[in-house]
Amino acid sequence: MPIIKAENLSYDYVRRDENDNIVDSIHALSDINLEIEEGQFVAVIGHNGSGKSTFAKLLNALLIPTSGKLFVGGIDTADESRLWDIRRTAGMVFQNPDNQIIASVVEEDVAFGPENMGVPTEEIRRRVDAALKTVGMTKFAKSSPNRLSGGQKQRVAIAGALAIMPKCMIFDESTAMLDPIGRAEVMSVAKKLNKEQRLTIIFITHYMEEAAQADRVIVMNKGKIVMDGIPREVFTETEKLTACGLEPPQMTMLAKDLRDAGLALPHGIISAEELADALRVLKGQ
Amino acid sequence: MFRDITLGQYYPGQSIIHRLDPRTKLLWTLVYIVSLFVADNKYAYGASVLALAAVIILSSVPFTHMLKGLKAVLVILIISVLFNLFLTDGRVLVSFWIFKITLEGIRRAVFMAVRLVCLILGASLMTYTTTPNQLTDGIERGLGFLKLIRVPVHEIAMMMSIALRFIPILTEELDKIIKAQTARGADLESGNFIKRAKAMTPILIPLFVSAFRRAGDLAQAMEARCYHGGRGRTRMNPLSMAGRDYAAIIIMFAYLGGIIVLSVLL
Repeated sequence: MPIIKAENLSYDYVRRDENDNIVDSIHALSDINLEIEEGQFVAVIGHNGSGKSTFAKLLNALLIPTSGKLFVGGIDTADESRLWDIRRTAGMVFQNPDNQIIASVVEEDVAFGPENMGVPTEEIRRRVDAALKTVGMTKFAKSSPNRLSGGQKQRVAIAGALAIMPKCMIFDESTAMLDPIGRAEVMSVAKKLNKEQRLTIIFITHYMEEAAQADRVIVMNKGKIVMDGIPREVFTETEKLTACGLEPPQMTMLAKDLRDAGLALPHGIISAEELADALRVLKGQ
Repeated sequence: MFRDITLGQYYPGQSIIHRLDPRTKLLWTLVYIVSLFVADNKYAYGASVLALAAVIILSSVPFTHMLKGLKAVLVILIISVLFNLFLTDGRVLVSFWIFKITLEGIRRAVFMAVRLVCLILGASLMTYTTTPNQLTDGIERGLGFLKLIRVPVHEIAMMMSIALRFIPILTEELDKIIKAQTARGADLESGNFIKRAKAMTPILIPLFVSAFRRAGDLAQAMEARCYHGGRGRTRMNPLSMAGRDYAAIIIMFAYLGGIIVLSVLL
């Protein structure tokens, strides 16, 4: 059974006046059909306003679909009676590291989720220690979040989501406000969770280099899925990406330019290492 | 500009005062404040000053550090001392123009000063030796009985702890906004009081907008982590009273009794 399943999923942002008449309505998502298997690392990319963040909020039942169905771990997100089961299944890490840390001590913040769920005291302790260890923040357990770097804060936020023991983790542009070092920290933790704990990762980003590290890339544009496949396939369709307002990875562009200039490079190069290897092969001939 | 306020600033330490249960400290502080208003002669005031001095020494928070907390209330202190000094009737000692200083005035001014200083130092001693989290925990658990009269104790404690978490963030943001507006030519320094107050508008509006945005984000993050009010919540570090807490409470009753006896009998 897929962990996430969307059937004709649509969401409109509706603005109403005081008499409840619709003034304005924006289709953020229209007719999404999608299945994500357990254990996959999926990157969702798209231009601003492509609907990728709306999709993230629907997954956590922070928003309820306007029409269509969305199942998370087999539960319909529109089923209000199971709201807390959905939120336990899908952990979420948001964009701004400051605005998602609730407590003034790192470990108490990580404990916030399990405390809300009514987990027994000793079990909370175990979960907090394990979550902090996983993200490599044990050393800072007693620190104030204000003294941490952006990447460290985001790792605390990840630990906070981990402590509720979700099956799937949604990163809603969690790297957007970080410096390159912080981004690398978050990405490596996400990959570690995927590999070691078999967590399903949905990584929403607008950095192509991050998306290139996923198992599967979903490209969204104007509320629709326009491309869906392994990074190699998706990124080599440079024209299609550009049409969505996205810039393909630099190495793909460089390889394309070199190929246009007459070098016999293969298709599907997405990283610097791959390009270097291909050039070495070419030189050896 | 708001960095001088030390209320709510924890001074890390391992003293016996630090290790007391926050509920004990909360109760002690309340009783201490009451005792300051019960006291009405020099013996009772002397006793409360001595008690405070003893606790400050036990807490090992440097006294100079504590004095910083007084700076914020210096103006109020001076005003209340002056009012008491000049506006109390009684035996006139000195008089000039429309002012007169009376013996009772001096007495009341000194008592008022002692009372205010002890009040501030006592209250801030609690915040120096208690982390904000322990404090809100203490309020939530210690004042839980108020739920019976429908006081939303959990919500108040949660709001307090979030406020404490965001004070440094918003202070930093305020600094940034001030710099940004100054860079755009905003004049915040010159002019009279009204003019300067008006000049604050372009600083306060962005600050409020940003605070509301943060509040929205935070609410979402809390919901995503299964927050649904205080019902059914458990704690990672539940509070528990130790022997020293019971000892402190016994001492507290002895102290309160002593103050009452001193005030009534002498």
